Amino acid sequence: MAIKTEPITINLGPQHPSTHGVFRMRVTFDGEVVVDLEPVFGYLHRGTEKLAEERSYVQVVTLTDRLDYESSMTNNLAYVRAVEKLAGITPPERGLYLRVTASELQRIASHLITIGFMLQELGVFATVLMYCFRERERVLDMFEMLCGARITLSYMRPGGVTQDAPREFWPALDDFLKQMPGYIDELEELISHNEVVLARMRNVGILPDHLAVDSSITGPVLRASGVQWDLRKAAPHEVYDRMEFDVPIGAKGDTFDRYLVRIQEMRQSLRILEQCRDQIPEGPIKTEEPYFIRPPAGEAYAFVESPKGELGFYLISDGGISPYRCKIRSPSFINLTALKEMTVGSKMADLIVIFGSLAVNMGEVDR
Amino acid sequence: MTRELAGEELAARINEAVPGGALRWSGGGVWVESDKLPAVAAFLKNTPGLDFACLRSVSAVDYVEYFEIVYHLLSMRRNQSAVVKVRSYSRSEPSAPSMVDIWKGAELQEREVWDLMGVHFEGHPNMKRVLLWEGFEGHPLRKDFVR
Repeated sequence: MAIKTEPITINLGPQHPSTHGVFRMRVTFDGEVVVDLEPVFGYLHRGTEKLAEERSYVQVVTLTDRLDYESSMTNNLAYVRAVEKLAGITPPERGLYLRVTASELQRIASHLITIGFMLQELGVFATVLMYCFRERERVLDMFEMLCGARITLSYMRPGGVTQDAPREFWPALDDFLKQMPGYIDELEELISHNEVVLARMRNVGILPDHLAVDSSITGPVLRASGVQWDLRKAAPHEVYDRMEFDVPIGAKGDTFDRYLVRIQEMRQSLRILEQCRDQIPEGPIKTEEPYFIRPPAGEAYAFVESPKGELGFYLISDGGISPYRCKIRSPSFINLTALKEMTVGSKMADLIVIFGSLAVNMGEVDR
Repeated sequence: MTRELAGEELAARINEAVPGGALRWSGGGVWVESDKLPAVAAFLKNTPGLDFACLRSVSAVDYVEYFEIVYHLLSMRRNQSAVVKVRSYSRSEPSAPSMVDIWKGAELQEREVWDLMGVHFEGHPNMKRVLLWEGFEGHPLRKDFVR
């Protein structure tokens, strides 16, 4: 006797522990299998682009902290680079090195969160997440030394950074650089060869390279699909052209590749941090800029390789004290474009893991 | 380092392939005739040597007299970038052709532009609000939006 079946539409989120904030998926299932998916979001929309239009160029820095609140440093960096491009400001060397140091620390912290939560979503409750947060805590301690804040940092300014690293920062960085490789090994031992993890992540949520490029996907997600594209190499900003590092890529773009690329990127970030520590020159950290910067009328698009992908700011100035238009090219938002294609055909439990491996941050998606 | 294609060079190539496609150019950007945008976009994406396979960013700017839609293009293969712009002079119903058939990456970005700036993309399969809710009145990034 044939059993009568019909697809059922389920609402996942916005209040769901796996949705990293407030994200909703309207999913149609045929039994356990996803046949259709529509992402619904905007619950955290604060109108950052509009708010920027009525603030001075320096004040907007604090708004960028609150985009992707897991990686405020790189948000700051992308924004101040756009202002500098617009106003023709060249920051001093030491300032540039401090920026790269802070950005790479931020990348490690952000990837740790991603990996921790990815495992959380596989059902490994808290263990891996707590290991990851333990290391992230040390990065936040270092941020506290740099600027007094841990999450909403506002460390960078057009023309440099707010203050020089204090004396105790460098020993702390040394300790971190000594111990972190061991911690990453520990994480890998825990995860990378675990049979259950492999069974759940391999061949799940495959994103082919052509679809990734066509969907404007950037960052670790793109690289996991085998596309060697890292803005730190392709268009080196700050002092990345003086750094030696590799760009890890994945073999086929499944969830496991997206995890592994992030682990390898953390190791590369440590390499960059070591070189920063050894190369950083003495000197000023900031150019003297007036509080109200008035860039000449014009436009500038500046970008950085943030932990989530290409974070860009498209600024237009009319010669006044605030931006005429401040458009944020948000990697988390655009990386959602192919979510449907990645999930259709997979099981309900895999859907959560695939979404986790994209590592979107709702503060950045909704802005 | 990513090579930013000069507006003049890009305009010349566009006009060769799509006569009358490029209206004018400045240092880094080319203004394209709105009707000819799909042809120009397909040319930029599929021509060897240009290879703009990735639509980096879609932005809209309200200049009060007109809306300008700005497309930042990227070619990962050639490591070069280009800027293409389109203007829409209507205040009540500004529109531009949708790029979804050419770049899938336009899907969410065009919805965002419609949501916040109110520029309608003709031919988009799912042209509805994305950040704000259906039923929200007005488009907040316009210069005449009153809270």
